[in-house]
Amino acid sequence: MAELQRDTRNSNDKRDSIQMNSNQEPKKPKKRSFSQRQRNMASGYMFISPFYLLFAVFGVFPILFSFYLAFFRWDGLGDMEFVGFNNFNIIFNDPLFWKSLYNTIMIGLMGTAPQLLAAILLAFALNSVLIRFKSVFRLAIFLPYVTSIVAVAIVFSVIFSNQDSGLVNAVLGVFGIDPITWTRSEWGTKVAIATMIFWRWVGYNTIIYLAGMQSIPNDLYEAAKIDGATLRQQIWHITIPMLKPFIIFTVFTATIGALQIFAEPHIFQGRAGRPEGMSVVLYLYRDAFGSNFFGTASATAIVLFFIIIIFSSLNLYFANRIGRSKKVGVK
Amino acid sequence: METNKKNVSIAKYFVYAGLILVSLASLFPFYWMFVMATNPNSAINQTPPAMIPGSNMVSNFQLVLDSIPFWGAMLNSLIVSSTITLGVLILCSLAGFAFAKLDFPGRTILFVFILGTMMIPPQLGLIPTYFIITELGWLSDLRAVIVPGLMNAFGIFWMRQYIASAVPDEIIEAARIDGCSNFRIYWNIIIPTVLPAFATLGIIVFMAIWGDYLWPLVVLQDQSMHTIQVALRSLMDDRVRDYGMILSGTFWATVPLVVIFLLFNKLFIKSITDGAVKS
Repeated sequence: MAELQRDTRNSNDKRDSIQMNSNQEPKKPKKRSFSQRQRNMASGYMFISPFYLLFAVFGVFPILFSFYLAFFRWDGLGDMEFVGFNNFNIIFNDPLFWKSLYNTIMIGLMGTAPQLLAAILLAFALNSVLIRFKSVFRLAIFLPYVTSIVAVAIVFSVIFSNQDSGLVNAVLGVFGIDPITWTRSEWGTKVAIATMIFWRWVGYNTIIYLAGMQSIPNDLYEAAKIDGATLRQQIWHITIPMLKPFIIFTVFTATIGALQIFAEPHIFQGRAGRPEGMSVVLYLYRDAFGSNFFGTASATAIVLFFIIIIFSSLNLYFANRIGRSKKVGVK
Repeated sequence: METNKKNVSIAKYFVYAGLILVSLASLFPFYWMFVMATNPNSAINQTPPAMIPGSNMVSNFQLVLDSIPFWGAMLNSLIVSSTITLGVLILCSLAGFAFAKLDFPGRTILFVFILGTMMIPPQLGLIPTYFIITELGWLSDLRAVIVPGLMNAFGIFWMRQYIASAVPDEIIEAARIDGCSNFRIYWNIIIPTVLPAFATLGIIVFMAIWGDYLWPLVVLQDQSMHTIQVALRSLMDDRVRDYGMILSGTFWATVPLVVIFLLFNKLFIKSITDGAVKS
């Protein structure tokens, strides 16, 4: 090994002297000595191996086993019993599963669609040259993102408490509206959870849109102004098209995040859960760790996986189309 | 022209009003958390509820300490988050260095594979992973959270991109001429160069792990092993809820993060946008 090393050093020295001769122009060495290649190979594999080892144990194996387990009945202790597609039959015939899917999508829509719209408007306001104290506003709007989801869920559980003295109920009382039993009402639960999502994420998305708006070269606006474009035209024909990759990113992360919603309903409606706020992940969690139905819970995990794939490919499909139109816009 | 100017200034006031309103809505829950955390339950349960901080700050927090192991849970969260952050930074920069600067067969495919794993939702392997942890005897053991947390595909992607653009090949070649091994190059050249990327990735990872809820809830069952998120939730278990106590715990668990954020807010916001924009 020592000899090999000396060998490389020699050849490197030679290369070095060649470089010196050619006026110190940094030339990329094309050919490496055999031993250097070998060493790079060895360290390359060694440096990336921790990920693959961890992924084998905590990634590949659990995923394959999930697919396997979905076809068995298992309580976690006794023998596994092969049941074919029965687990899928069970969940597809369970109204609560469909309810959880409906809730997940509904809460996702209520929590993200208005939120992304608000974030664009806020970013536009913060990007305006006329506005001062931008960094103060930015800080205030972003601060909720620093709190953990659990903290957000607890605070809003208290704000939306069922008691007459709960903050939202007290405010409604001022307007003569009867107090709402938030944790047990179909829409009350969804409004409360959507508010939690809105409050925590709107600043995050604003910051991302703001970064996107700041990456738009000013020349574009200048050119548009010379051509006599109004502010509205500038927004529609410059800001929004140039922002599309950022919009795609935020929609993508918000969709996937919404499909995996768990902490908010789990905290808001208590450990037992209730149908009004039941989400798919909560349904899975209850099935597995509440009732020890690990087979049906695995089947739910797989269904969720495919739902996420469907939504992701839809996003990707739109992202690709927008990628093309973006190129036209830039050049 | 005059009317146009007038319109602009009216619009400006509307924008200011909107921004102030949104900022207040953003900040209000923090203020309100503090109000509840310092008031007795009786003041909270009256109509209209208390809106001004009270004098029960210490006694409410004492109730939290009686109800959950608050400091132990904070310590557990700190141990888990900082161990994972440190481990992820080292493992991801090592792998990122290999993918960016070392030639080995299958490099591209192996890298694309890592990117592919980012698409897998964590819930898919949740149940079998729980049984692996059981088999390892790691239930209610912080290792159950730490070890799987070290696997971070996004971090490898992130470090690879950074190292590829920030470290010139010439420096590595020069180090080789001086007889540096690949690990020495990593240690003496790559690490000092990627420190800014460490700050960014470190913040993203720390935040994500600190706030993680589902997985710690599943595997850390003993109360003494709870992370702060799991412990806070158990404050909601009492049949008769003492909101002063509940929000006292939540408030004091949130304060450290807010303080750290306010101290490093530029770096924080930059990390979040970089993390989003580059992926």
